[in-house]
Amino acid sequence: MKTGAKILVESLQREGVEIIFGYPGGVVLPIYDELYDSSLRHILVRHEQAAAHAADGYARASGRVGVCLATSGPGACNLVTGIATAYMDSIPIVALTGQVPTNLLGNDAFQESDITGITLPITKHNYLVKNTADLGRVVKEAFYIAGTGRPGPVLIDIPKDVSTNSVKASPVPDKVTLRGYNPTYHGHKRQIEKALQMIAVSQRPVIYAGGGVISSNASAELVDFATQLGIPITTTLMGIGCIPGDHPLNLGMLGMHGTEYANFAITESDLLFSIGVRFDDRVTGKVDTFAPHAKIIHIDIDPAEIGKNKRIDVPIVGDVKAVLNDMLLALKKSDITDAWLKKIKHWRQHHPLKCPDDGRLHPQFVIRQMSKLLAGDAIIVSEVGQNQMWTAQHYCFKNPRTWITSGGLGTMGYGLPAAMGAHFARPDLPVFDVAGDGSIQMNIQEFGTIAHNKIPVKVAILNNRFLGMVRQWQELFYDRRYSFTELPPVEFVKIANAYGIEGVKVESPEDVMPALKASLDCDGPFVMDFRIEREENVFPMVPAGAAINEMIGGHPR
Amino acid sequence: MKPHTLSVLVENKAGVLSRVTGLFSRRGFNIESLAVGPCEEPGMSRITIVVIGDDEKIEQVMKQLNKLIDIIKVSDLTENERVERELALIKVTAEQGTSRAEIMQIASIFRAQIVDVGAKSLILQVIGDTGKIDALEKLLRQYGVKEFVRTGTVGILRGSKTVTSDK
Repeated sequence: MKTGAKILVESLQREGVEIIFGYPGGVVLPIYDELYDSSLRHILVRHEQAAAHAADGYARASGRVGVCLATSGPGACNLVTGIATAYMDSIPIVALTGQVPTNLLGNDAFQESDITGITLPITKHNYLVKNTADLGRVVKEAFYIAGTGRPGPVLIDIPKDVSTNSVKASPVPDKVTLRGYNPTYHGHKRQIEKALQMIAVSQRPVIYAGGGVISSNASAELVDFATQLGIPITTTLMGIGCIPGDHPLNLGMLGMHGTEYANFAITESDLLFSIGVRFDDRVTGKVDTFAPHAKIIHIDIDPAEIGKNKRIDVPIVGDVKAVLNDMLLALKKSDITDAWLKKIKHWRQHHPLKCPDDGRLHPQFVIRQMSKLLAGDAIIVSEVGQNQMWTAQHYCFKNPRTWITSGGLGTMGYGLPAAMGAHFARPDLPVFDVAGDGSIQMNIQEFGTIAHNKIPVKVAILNNRFLGMVRQWQELFYDRRYSFTELPPVEFVKIANAYGIEGVKVESPEDVMPALKASLDCDGPFVMDFRIEREENVFPMVPAGAAINEMIGGHPR
Repeated sequence: MKPHTLSVLVENKAGVLSRVTGLFSRRGFNIESLAVGPCEEPGMSRITIVVIGDDEKIEQVMKQLNKLIDIIKVSDLTENERVERELALIKVTAEQGTSRAEIMQIASIFRAQIVDVGAKSLILQVIGDTGKIDALEKLLRQYGVKEFVRTGTVGILRGSKTVTSDK
């Protein structure tokens, strides 16, 4: 006979879980008691939201399923933002929540919340386990669902009596079979042929690659394909890292804060090869004018993404890696489209990203120095807003899964906890959280977690005493009426010191590199407070509702 | 924009209906009618949903439904020859005399059954497609419809084609 709590912990171990991010509470006491002498590592966060983000950061950096644990009611509710963040970016996590005992369900018991109801629209699937005997099977299914097909979060709600009751341990099948869940991995042969023919006759092809390339671990295949045919690649925010930043075919990011040359290339292309993307509004701008002259091929594992926002000429449902491998096998060498690449080269020369150089401390400079020092051998996590866009634009990523950011949901406060998770996935790499002074204060309590566990996250705060991205919109579109976007000065180094974390304040460009080096030299966590130009904007920029080639803050055409 | 009748085969588990209806409201699709019940396969239920939208919207609804783990199969019956039926119960004012006789005549034309006779009212039970039931209700209005209850549409393909799990 085994208790539910024991079955749960053993099931997690069977799934290869090595670390859980969590926060204890009343109804998860039996589970915590079981964790006390188990080999599973548990990191105590300071707020449950951070547990969900840490599991998510772990999943993004490792490619494996991340796990978080919280108690019922407020604990479970605090996970919600983290679960929604993972859902929007298709990140595999399993969230475990305690629940009031089954006999009190629906009774408004102490710390009861209907978390399966609450998370229905933000999970790939969720379970309320009512019998201890089901627990082993449910955990197995949850990991399978989270990690296969289009990945996503799965929540398991476990009433207290389900954890404490004992049942005869029943064997769990090795293989999960679900009648209603059978993802398609291999692309349709004829569609693949059609796509290859279409690419072969195109004059101005562009590859538009997104998070699906990263989650499918298909970066090498993508670069191979593009290089063989000489097709330039632009990546979404989520796709950054699938091709090295300094690769000659890489056009950088497209969309609202994309490079001018990426957006020009999309607009003039006659063939758009879309891979693991979802035609998000931040990418397409005005959707009717997105790639207006192009035939569109779209690979995605989720059939619902194909044709959702834009009409597709050749849909291919399947796993990006499997489809690209099939395409590579059938590939015939064709002539590199010289005139097209020349045109792009011209744009690239005349419309580079701008990095002001006037002796003052600009955020773009900080990111470029970071890029120079780390040379791609680090994991860079960001918060959300200007800090995120400057990093996406100016840091030269070399490898997939080294750029971790909340894309779809745009969750401020994501970065610091996600960086903690990323560290446990890749302890061999330094982990930086690029933050703004607004975002960092959304989960600043996690200074406690990184100090307590000596998690060597380096926090680079681009401090402009504004909620910068909103301020930028107010400057550009609301007549500089800075409604509730100015923040009072905060001495972040003092806060860090109070938690026992070292840090340094940086006020001039020449102090940037020494500060970054000091952060690397420090064994534990480190906080850098960069006092940047207050009203720096993220440019270029596509105003909301405009076509993506109508950018402001770029170079004259 | 026309009504589409979707036949959805689901696992008979707690919360399945709220997953389905939640998806409709969240994605801005309107449910015209809904009927749920157990079906020929053990452990499964069949949901018939009527939804109005253009072809692209219906395609997106079906794809999103297919993503739900507890949903086994989704078919749009509208593309095929099919039988669709609703059942309605109509309580109509029927005083002694000519109106009562007229109502009973109308009922017989519509092949509706009188399932309850009261001093001042009758209850008619009628089975048919949406149009037939609408027509009967409209005709009875002149006598005074006191209460009108109808099920959602249920539908099935004609001939030997089926909407089954085929697994």
